[in-house]
Amino acid sequence: MTTHAKTPVDPAPSVPVGGAVGRPVDRRDGHAKVTGAARFSAEHHYPDLTYATMVHATIARGTITAIDTAAAVAVPGVVAVLTHLNAPRIRPVRKGNIVRDLGPSVSGTEVNYLNTDQVFWDGQPIAVVVAQTSVAANEAAPLVTVTYREQQARVDFAAEQHNATPAKGDLTFAGTKKKGDAEAALATAQVSVDLRYTTPGLQHNTIEPHATIAVWSGDHLTVHDTTQSTDASHKYLAWRFGVPAAQVRVRAEFVGGAFGGKFAVWPGTVIAAMAAKAVGRPVRLALSRKAVSRAAGGRTASTNRIALGATRDGRLTALIQDSITHVGSVGGLLEATSSPARHLYGAKNMLTRQNLVEMDLLPNTWLRAPGEAIGSFVLESAMDELAYELAMDPIDLRMRNEPATDPTSGKKFSQRMLREAFEAGAERFGWADRNPSPRSMRDGEWLVGMGAATAYHPVLRLVADVKVRLSNDGTALVQCGFHEMGMAAATVQAQIAADALGIAYEKVRVEYGDSDLPPGPMAGNSNQTATVATSVLAACAELTRKVTALARKTGTTGQEPAATLRAAHTPFLEASVGSTSRLGSLRSQGRFLATFLKDQRWSKAARGAQFCEVRVNADTGELRISRWLGMFDVGHIINPKTAASQLRGSIVMGIGMAMSEQTLVDPRNGRTMSAGLDSYYLPVHADIPPIDVAWLNEPDKSMPLGIIGLGEVGMTGVAAAIANAVYHATGRRIRDLPISLDKTL
Amino acid sequence: MRLNCTVNGEARQADDVWAGESLLYVLRERLGLPGSKNACEQGECGSCTVYMDGTPVCACLVAAGQAEGRDVVTVEGIADGPVQQAFLAAGAVQCGFCTPGLVVAVHDLLARDSAPTDPEIREALAGNLCRCTGYEKILDAVRLAVQR
Repeated sequence: MTTHAKTPVDPAPSVPVGGAVGRPVDRRDGHAKVTGAARFSAEHHYPDLTYATMVHATIARGTITAIDTAAAVAVPGVVAVLTHLNAPRIRPVRKGNIVRDLGPSVSGTEVNYLNTDQVFWDGQPIAVVVAQTSVAANEAAPLVTVTYREQQARVDFAAEQHNATPAKGDLTFAGTKKKGDAEAALATAQVSVDLRYTTPGLQHNTIEPHATIAVWSGDHLTVHDTTQSTDASHKYLAWRFGVPAAQVRVRAEFVGGAFGGKFAVWPGTVIAAMAAKAVGRPVRLALSRKAVSRAAGGRTASTNRIALGATRDGRLTALIQDSITHVGSVGGLLEATSSPARHLYGAKNMLTRQNLVEMDLLPNTWLRAPGEAIGSFVLESAMDELAYELAMDPIDLRMRNEPATDPTSGKKFSQRMLREAFEAGAERFGWADRNPSPRSMRDGEWLVGMGAATAYHPVLRLVADVKVRLSNDGTALVQCGFHEMGMAAATVQAQIAADALGIAYEKVRVEYGDSDLPPGPMAGNSNQTATVATSVLAACAELTRKVTALARKTGTTGQEPAATLRAAHTPFLEASVGSTSRLGSLRSQGRFLATFLKDQRWSKAARGAQFCEVRVNADTGELRISRWLGMFDVGHIINPKTAASQLRGSIVMGIGMAMSEQTLVDPRNGRTMSAGLDSYYLPVHADIPPIDVAWLNEPDKSMPLGIIGLGEVGMTGVAAAIANAVYHATGRRIRDLPISLDKTL
Repeated sequence: MRLNCTVNGEARQADDVWAGESLLYVLRERLGLPGSKNACEQGECGSCTVYMDGTPVCACLVAAGQAEGRDVVTVEGIADGPVQQAFLAAGAVQCGFCTPGLVVAVHDLLARDSAPTDPEIREALAGNLCRCTGYEKILDAVRLAVQR
């Protein structure tokens, strides 16, 4: 069944009991946001609050030999200037075991900020000014003068690529995957393409810049932070500052966008807590837009070889992808660019290889659909090129290579409706009207092109502790330290809990965004909705069993739960999944492993078909996107209103990646040149056409309520669909993102 | 210097204002009105949009001194009406950081033009960046506010 995302706007939706799931209810925190009442991390007030501004290194690699803070200290209102010479000593970053404790894994870098004279990237914070006002701190920070002994730095990705070495990968993603002999099959293929694609670094540029307020009370630390991982973050800070985790509280009730950029603990958070300790007062460290680009990582650049071999009737015989991405010398992660190539098409022989080059740059990090955003551009552009070599419709080529089982692992798919997504999408978009010849469609001075691509993002489920309380006034309270960065996470969990308890949606309150709550998962890899739902459903089922037993005792069977509680003179009943006791933590690890292993039985993913129409001006090369359709296979939709916005926002981020966004690094010194919104171009309202999103709404039966996370899949395939449409419009292949004006002219 | 201006209908005063401060700083840090967001400090994103004497401006680009004697209205001072309700009903709010600026910008657009066309809406809001919604629902919110 196709559900149209263009739901009629219902001004006052009345939610029947038992009918919350699947309903387009308004997001719960919306009113606070439209009236300006919502308080984000930098907006909490404390008496005696001080303000901090970081000083950033201006070399890419070397040693600080002298640092003169006298002029900064002399600025009226300055309370302290901390450098590696006088900052409090803290513990170094710990290497961790991802199953036992996510704490260490959220370390943005390995640097012991302000505890070392070593500089590892241009922009590394090397001092902090704390003042009575942010104006004074901002005035004083540039007055700190630093002398360095510089070392040769590796900052030019193009020049460093020859140093790349094969990546090891980890439990969830192998560095290299082989099936058969792909090079030999490519050499003998009837038809083949062998191509090179590049993508630049990207920045999250969430509208809210990173910010922290740190408050010490004795040896208890409270941090208001822009984070999408409160649990891991509070454990990380506890380790760094040498206090028990129970004494560190990380709060993040409102987060102004994250997209992976607020998963890791970046220097600002650590330095704010360090500064607060040093001055004995609360400290606010709110990064400027420029500081974010220097002290919070983004997406790596990439260079990719992709080669496809096929029979004349379009059966893939060889698929090779060799990618090079970079990490920092002090952190960073393997961007899994081969992920789509490993799981989308049934090629007989496959070789996918990830290569890494270490550079003296700010370590890279997760950015929406890490791996798949780049990988889908590479693979789906190459599939389009192969289709033209074969003189075959590009969607037809994809459908000819639909695998029966996962092409790499051989596992069964828990659900795979890519064919249905393309069929429904092609009809809705009007793909049949496309004249396949390049440069064949024209509207006056505009060359018109249509492109398509597959969207793909794997499913991950983590573990969440949840506590649910049902009170005799008919209300319920769900507590879980999950995160709300704009997705309507609390709204969706309230819908799920209401139906599971059989009470009205409006009666459910949800508490989240606080490490003092039962620990939730980090919000990333599109895991959060399904992860939290798993535990919310389990806790609600337990509560329902308790209510049913009580109803039998009190003779209130069939009445609403609150009536049973009242009849039994019970103010409330509670049920929990997980606990933070030592035993409870061990059990949580067990639950995580059990869920992980269970989910490993299948190949699970969110998928979709992206369609776009572009117009390229024949005279000026100006590229406009005129139409978009994303048709998704993303399981059962809990809230059509908020799900549609997630998908649509993802597509627009993909449009930005395709057309304008790029991190510009000065190849001489490693400095980020795109350090503001005047030099890093985000799509604006006037750039974006009407974007139609729709979904098949078929539940994935292996997932709770059939949920598949959809926060990232919308971004995948977007850049390829645009590049393919540009080829169709102009006859020109653009293999290097972004598709800027100089490339279409 | 001492700054006198009217904010959300009330006469307000701030002392020891440094000439280099922005109006945004005065609103957020001195007058306790953090509804206007500090997101780029260079007039690129529109998150700090406020009215000054009835004209929408980026408060981050207005020097505090320029607000002397002026009438400033922030998101907190705009009556909770059709624009805000339309943003909620249309699903035009996600993380909420760009929202206050957009509410002011849409409020201004509809005050000038009670029935803007789609291209007019897109153009009018092109100075307000949003990273979450994909813009389409913001357009829906404007259309909905027009109906109401």
